[in-house]
Amino acid sequence: MLSKRIIPCLDIRNGQTVKGVNFINIREVGDPVELGKRYSEQGADELVFLDITATHEGRKTFVELVKRIAFNLNIPFTVGGGISELSDADALLAAGADKISINSSAIKNPKLIDDLAHHFGSQFVVVAIDAREENNHWEATMHGGRIPTGKELFSWAKEAESRGAGEILFTSMNHDGTKNGFANEALAKMSELLTIPLIASGGAGSMEHFADLFKYGKADAGLAASIFHFGEIAIPDLKHYLRNQGISIR
Amino acid sequence: MKVVIIKYNAGNIQSVDYALKRLGVEGSITDNHEEIRSADRVIFPGVGEASTTMAYLRSNGLDTLIPTLKQPVLGICLGLQLMCRHSEEGDTECLGIFDETVRKFVLQPDLLPSMKIPHMGWNTITDLKSDLFDQSLDGQHCYFVHSFYASCGADTAAICNYPTPFSAALQKNNFYAVQFHPEKSGTVGAKILENFLQLKINL
Repeated sequence: MLSKRIIPCLDIRNGQTVKGVNFINIREVGDPVELGKRYSEQGADELVFLDITATHEGRKTFVELVKRIAFNLNIPFTVGGGISELSDADALLAAGADKISINSSAIKNPKLIDDLAHHFGSQFVVVAIDAREENNHWEATMHGGRIPTGKELFSWAKEAESRGAGEILFTSMNHDGTKNGFANEALAKMSELLTIPLIASGGAGSMEHFADLFKYGKADAGLAASIFHFGEIAIPDLKHYLRNQGISIR
Repeated sequence: MKVVIIKYNAGNIQSVDYALKRLGVEGSITDNHEEIRSADRVIFPGVGEASTTMAYLRSNGLDTLIPTLKQPVLGICLGLQLMCRHSEEGDTECLGIFDETVRKFVLQPDLLPSMKIPHMGWNTITDLKSDLFDQSLDGQHCYFVHSFYASCGADTAAICNYPTPFSAALQKNNFYAVQFHPEKSGTVGAKILENFLQLKINL
């Protein structure tokens, strides 16, 4: 049986791991390769590395980092941040990335999804959506939730799928950083709508939250950062707990 | 030991090379026929689309070379599919090393949202019938990413269910193939690659 995936996410700036709480107040938490290897040994099913560096120099550092990650890790990993053209994706593929994730660039230029899927295959393309709910309406946002896009979440997710996305990574900005649980209602609605896998992000604070995510949120994978980085939840404990809850886990 | 990774227009060959390096083996990535023929082990990896990759193999004569190789050959993912008889992807005649055919997973509305396509993530391999595996690997998880699958048949060497059984691995004589990515399947995958490198050859 296909397992539900547990995915730690590492934010990278200038080659170092950071984690923003609600995308603000960044704190250092270590070397990405060492952290990634430790997660892999602990049973992480996949890893996501998001480059939040804005400078050109930082971008080059990130590609070099991706090579080191690919050489050292024996599980799949996704890289994201600053990918707006085919050539960006090509450099990351050549460095050894298994998948790339695009967010704002897909909103600004939806055809980028088609182009990436055509050139590299759908399995290489994760479309990340940061969305916020207000008055029962979910809207996709850009730049860490600061800029509304006018795109309704569910129709945008479906459009991304039909353009060739291989997976959707949905972060609820209402839940991100709160540690009060995932946006299960919206996630279940999206999972029912999609035929491609759905990764859920935003709100993980306890092991019960992951059980609820897979039971009620119907997601295929759960992503979290700070609770793993700061040792609040150990991945072996989480997997043991979920297995006991009857959830299919590696 | 000389290990060759066949170079063609398929993605993520680099990961296989890295996996070999982690096992202490320096592989070479090449499409040179002589180099491929003289290697101790040949790996035929690949992520891509069947008809365009088959067309490329034909244009380089690799379609006639690969089926005549005598040393252990390991196909991975698309490599496995191209070693079958026919693929529904682009209605493609493949290398015909294995008699199995490759079909597309069909969306079954009653199985959504649990059965998404592509089949992506960690799933178990069972019913192991090959010296590529040892029995400790039965029921272990491997990492899969694919929308097409080889049906079960005479050459099936491991089974995976999604939700019906398909060939997670195939073997016929010196030809081995796995649908999952051993280079991305953690310690389980590393063990399978190691087994492939250590196969006893009876030429």
